[in-house]
Amino acid sequence: MVNIIDRRLNPKDKSLANRQRFIRRAKRQILDAVRDVSARRRIADVGQQGEESIRIPSDGLQEPAFRKGGAAGVRRHVVPGNKEYRAGDRIPRPEGGEGGSGPGGGSPDGEGEDEFQFSISRDEFLDLFFENLELPDLARTQLSRVEQEGLRRAGYSVSGSPATLNLTRTMRRSLSRRLALHRPRREEVLELDREIDRLERSGKDPERLRELLRERERLSRRTRLIPYIDPIDLRFNRFVPTPRPISQAVMFCLMDVSGSMTEDMKDLAKRFFMLLYLFLERRYRHVEIVFIRHTHIAQEVDEETFFYSRETGGTLVSPALDEMDRVIRERYSPDDWNIYAAQASDGDNTPQDNPAVIERMNRTILPVCRHFAYIEVSGERGRGGVTDLWMVYERIARSGRPLAMRRVRRRGDIFPVFRDLFTPVERRG
Amino acid sequence: MARDLKPDAGLLYDGPDWDYGRVRRAFDAIERIAVDEMGLEPYPSQVEVISSEQMLDAYSSMGMPLFYRHWSFGKHFARDEMLYRKGMTGLAYEIVINSNPCLCYIMEENTMTMQTLVMAHAAFGHSHFFRNNQLFREWTDAESILDYLDFAKRYIADCEERYGHAAVERVLDAAHALMTHGVHRYPRPRPLNLKRELERERERQRFEESSFSDLWRTLPHRDTGEDRSDPDLDARQGRLGLPEENLLYFLEKHAPRLAPWQREVLRIVRLVAQYFYPQKQTKVMNEGCATSVHYAIMTRLHETGQITDGAFMEFLHAHTSVVFQPEFDDPRYSGINPYALGFGILKDLERICTAPTEEDRRWFPDIAGSQDVLGTWKTAWAEYRDESFILQFLSPRLMREWRLFSVLDDTGADAMEVEAIHDESGFRAVRRALATHYDLARHEPDIQVVDVDLAGDRHLILEHRVVDGRLLEPGNTRMVLHHLANLWGYPVTLAEVDAASERELNRFQDIAPDPTVI
Repeated sequence: MVNIIDRRLNPKDKSLANRQRFIRRAKRQILDAVRDVSARRRIADVGQQGEESIRIPSDGLQEPAFRKGGAAGVRRHVVPGNKEYRAGDRIPRPEGGEGGSGPGGGSPDGEGEDEFQFSISRDEFLDLFFENLELPDLARTQLSRVEQEGLRRAGYSVSGSPATLNLTRTMRRSLSRRLALHRPRREEVLELDREIDRLERSGKDPERLRELLRERERLSRRTRLIPYIDPIDLRFNRFVPTPRPISQAVMFCLMDVSGSMTEDMKDLAKRFFMLLYLFLERRYRHVEIVFIRHTHIAQEVDEETFFYSRETGGTLVSPALDEMDRVIRERYSPDDWNIYAAQASDGDNTPQDNPAVIERMNRTILPVCRHFAYIEVSGERGRGGVTDLWMVYERIARSGRPLAMRRVRRRGDIFPVFRDLFTPVERRG
Repeated sequence: MARDLKPDAGLLYDGPDWDYGRVRRAFDAIERIAVDEMGLEPYPSQVEVISSEQMLDAYSSMGMPLFYRHWSFGKHFARDEMLYRKGMTGLAYEIVINSNPCLCYIMEENTMTMQTLVMAHAAFGHSHFFRNNQLFREWTDAESILDYLDFAKRYIADCEERYGHAAVERVLDAAHALMTHGVHRYPRPRPLNLKRELERERERQRFEESSFSDLWRTLPHRDTGEDRSDPDLDARQGRLGLPEENLLYFLEKHAPRLAPWQREVLRIVRLVAQYFYPQKQTKVMNEGCATSVHYAIMTRLHETGQITDGAFMEFLHAHTSVVFQPEFDDPRYSGINPYALGFGILKDLERICTAPTEEDRRWFPDIAGSQDVLGTWKTAWAEYRDESFILQFLSPRLMREWRLFSVLDDTGADAMEVEAIHDESGFRAVRRALATHYDLARHEPDIQVVDVDLAGDRHLILEHRVVDGRLLEPGNTRMVLHHLANLWGYPVTLAEVDAASERELNRFQDIAPDPTVI
């Protein structure tokens, strides 16, 4: 007797452990690949759904074995399909050596050994992306948590769609109502029918028969009047949507693009913006990004221009804040949007502009922002001293406004900004 | 002969859908034909239905349902999965495992006809071959392979826990690199019994803890009169059992610096390699056997009216694509298709047995016209491996049909030369050349441990017997030797020596182990 077993329900991903070992093994190469991919990416694409195909060099991933080389020696190939050859004919060696070669040719597993391409899942990608950002573990788990949202059960209701009908509750109510109102039971009626039948056949005791028929009539009327299930019995499972705060957010990226910002600094800033975007994306269903760059004038631009085009000019911060204010007023009413702002700068500002900055921040920007993060990027060298903008913002922050500020020199410095950003206000004190 | 048996058997199924009842009915019908009519002797079967993802899972661990963990399997999975997702490769219809009961995977997406075909192919064709072929009987232990793999998986997981992933990975990497040279090629005194492996592992450890190997005495001898600086080569070789071509076996027994668990890991890899070794040697025959069996069974099912004409056409379509052999100048050509060659030879044997020509009588006097097709097949399946099978049974007629020719490719010459073609003077040369392709002993480099410098720096000396001037591929070889040196613990040298002239052609000198590992 043959056993036929359905294995389809067995746990999948049996090779998951092998995959984790593989990824650990190829960590360095994969991290490099992910870094390249995320540098090329637009900010909003970084947490995009789906898989990521990456290509890594295969050093350290080969599986060597003793093999004979093709460079020297004598080989014989036996191949099918002779058309015109006779013994003794000479055939020029095909280019690349593959054309006429038999089962001995080519690399043994048919794979080019210098590069290896495969896909990683979104979670794996994010994990590695965060690793590149040198995030602490705790934040990483919080970030990669998949958010489940949906309706929440909330007791019973008297109306609803048939699909949410709660049978147990409904039948329980139906039963108690039928008992309370003395709805005739089926057995009772059947018993009566049988007796009527017997009396009718025998023809005896017509008095009793009439009485029974009356009784029967009464019972069926009662049965009709008291339905088995009445609309008042119906109970439905009640679901309430989980209450959510405003589910959309807008993120303003402000960056000083004057000549003093180097590519390194911009790269740090970009990573910071990406991370902020990922945080926001986890929290809000819909996140929009506005890029505002400034020199001594400010303008709203697209992402490409924001990061890659160069601009010369002096440095004034207040025009950027004005531009942000204009965009908020035009498109993002604070009643409908959670407004976040992140500003990256090397700290330069023309001293005469400082009072204007304080004024703008206190009066128009900070009151509508849920949070304003300022990072001062200074590259690896760092310039020690306190900059103009830093002093200005420090004064504002001291007054208890939602303003986080950090100096960032390395990638590892980026994360602490977020600790401030996502510590609830009341706990921040 | 078709009409007298069970004409009223009735259809087994109709339409493409399958369910358990139909699969079982089809299996029983196949079993009646395979066992009662054809007299095959397969293992009892266990048919398992799996999804395509599970098929991919199975791919990555050498087709086995359970296996120890290693990153290389994850790498294969990642590649297979991507190729499959992008539609570059299809999946196999089945996987069959040489075990008792014989595990036979069928995929849920397949039609009922494909399930029937797969069961006939795997559960009867392959299974009969596994059970009866001499190589498998001698070298594999179908009864307990799954138990052994279970032991291996747990053992290696334990090691990972105790000694860390990295340490285990290093040993496995090195062992895998030597896997092709971790098999005994010649018959062993007693059949392998994997069930006893676990007990033997414990015994070995006890023994080694209680014994002391004089081989690695580090204190200088004082009282012996013999010349220590140059001990006799013969005596040394005798003590170490040299020359030894099973490198993993040698390391397991004699590597001076390995911990007991590391030796056991080497042993696991070695036994796995040995288990798969017969499969590597019988690819053509194994597939030929399974393909002929499924062809015979499906034809018989159709003759007896148990499958519809439509199902038979579907089967023929699948069958012809399996045994398709493109010619060498066809862009689809990628070597000789083992299914086609095996099936071709067996079908040709059938013809020789039943309707021989004059030529067949000259070439195959024993079997030509014997009328005993199944008997001939069964003998071939039981007693041969690919190399000897081709050498014995490839007929002139099949060579003509395939228009086989042999090309000599000497890198010293400026062009290749057609050495022999499918004509009277060339048949034997073509056949011999083709058979040699399937001779693993010639295909894989012949590498042996020949000496150890016991008195000096414990240098391990290997020799590659070069045939036809084909040297090892240097990049790969250096990596493998590095792994080998890490296991051995001291430097390793490999000399490539021409087998005919004994002249040294190349040398990988003093590959030293990494200072920290293993």
